[in-house]
Amino acid sequence: MSEHRGTRARSVELRRPPLAIIAIAAVAIAFFALPFIGLLWRVPWTDAWSLLTTQSSLTALRLSITTSLWATALSIIFGVPLAWVLARYGFPGRRVVRALCLLSLVLPPVVGGVALFAAYGRRGLLGDSLFELFGMRLPFSTAGVVLAQTFIAMPFLVLTVEAALRGLDQRPEDAARTLGASRWYAFRRVTLPAIRPALIAGAVLAWARALGEFGATITFAGNFPGRTQTMPLSVYLALESNPGQALVLSVVMIAISFGVLLSLRDQWLGGSTEAGSSR
Amino acid sequence: MTSVLPPFSRSRPVAIVSAVVVAVTLLATACRAPSKSSSTTSPDSLSGSLTVSAASSLQGAFTDLKVAFEKAHPGMNVTVNFGASSTLAQQIIDGAPVDVFASADEANMTKVSNKKLQSGTPKIFATNSLEIIVRKGNPSKIASLADLSKSGLIYITCAPEVPIGKYGAQVLQKAGVKVSPASLEPDVKGIVAKVTAGEADAGIVYATDISATKGAADGVVIPADVNAIATYPIVAISTSTNSTAAQSWIAFVTGTEGQTILKNYGFGAP
Repeated sequence: MSEHRGTRARSVELRRPPLAIIAIAAVAIAFFALPFIGLLWRVPWTDAWSLLTTQSSLTALRLSITTSLWATALSIIFGVPLAWVLARYGFPGRRVVRALCLLSLVLPPVVGGVALFAAYGRRGLLGDSLFELFGMRLPFSTAGVVLAQTFIAMPFLVLTVEAALRGLDQRPEDAARTLGASRWYAFRRVTLPAIRPALIAGAVLAWARALGEFGATITFAGNFPGRTQTMPLSVYLALESNPGQALVLSVVMIAISFGVLLSLRDQWLGGSTEAGSSR
Repeated sequence: MTSVLPPFSRSRPVAIVSAVVVAVTLLATACRAPSKSSSTTSPDSLSGSLTVSAASSLQGAFTDLKVAFEKAHPGMNVTVNFGASSTLAQQIIDGAPVDVFASADEANMTKVSNKKLQSGTPKIFATNSLEIIVRKGNPSKIASLADLSKSGLIYITCAPEVPIGKYGAQVLQKAGVKVSPASLEPDVKGIVAKVTAGEADAGIVYATDISATKGAADGVVIPADVNAIATYPIVAISTSTNSTAAQSWIAFVTGTEGQTILKNYGFGAP
């Protein structure tokens, strides 16, 4: 037993990266840790609770949670079929369509907001028809916030789920089909359970991204407390009027994001490897 | 016969890259050369760089002022940082390396002087009146402040910390008009951008902002008895590393040439 432990310890020792690499990595860790330590250091902890429970903070928090959950739901409803089509259905121009659907992932969100105006704004492509059909205007509305968040966040889910579908062993699905299962039944009972870890990871990432969305929201939906002022907007604006409140809200957002990342186990972050290795 | 080919033809990509490098280098030196030579020959003792933080509404005027100032002092390199006065004041308090602060109101100037970050007393260098900005051609038919409370009209403003948000609220209060804004934009340019784009119907902005849109939006005059007059103070920041240049920028802005430029943009004299 002790001998076994000894060899394991030795192999760990052998695999250790060179000291120089560890030193550089330590600098990188400090680079990421310092801003958060600095922020925690500046937070006025004695007033933290009263600053967090002010009406304006709670309003922003409630709006952020509601809109980001809506954005996540929409991302799942539209993102999973999209990922399925992109992963399984070969059609001409698929690469172009794929790039188009993931564009908002890399685009500056402000540009995304301007583009949303061009489509759904009052003078946009669909703006007037939307108003005539449903009597609703998206800019400056809570629905507009959800739209902006979905636009920015959905690619995270699509990317994760698509990778899982690509890496998936298709034989169980084929077996289900030959045994008489319909396409839909096989998807629901065989494929979906197999990609569930990736789906959860993608949904959580999309939710975290929606929660943090700033640029597209302020550009497309504007900023009004209780209607379109989400947490990030509230932090940005409170920096001028009430820096303490901005810091406390920042800590809340950091805590949520950190919790999300911690809860995603390593293999979920690389959804494809997890799904690919499950035979 | 083989010499018909140009000498670099065999390694074309290399030739192109090196040509580009040479061109860029030449261009860079060509651009830099005049300022260098004139700074050594000019009797002007001012040199170095100067950072000016100025209210968003000053964008047009201060961009011209920068060009004129650099022309008068060839050794100077001026950077102007535009934003909401409240944002700029906070940046200065947080230690931003700024030499001069030009605010659109006295309240944000006071924030800076409360932290003992000013050097000398702030000088009022311009005034600005307010107007209602409406979409091009005024499709919502807004003729007065009272029309802003029409139902279905999208009115946008700024938060009360931003000078224009405060002035706008003052004007509406004086006129006895109650409106519910659709959005509180981060600064006055946000209001102008959304009305110009046609996504919002109206907002209260500085008269100078409307002339700066060059016809992309229209203005509706606010009567003098309810109008607010915005006053613009300017001051040097005590942490400035180039205080001589900071003072000379302030003298330039308050001097004849600076005042002419400000007047061209629709600002009133102090």
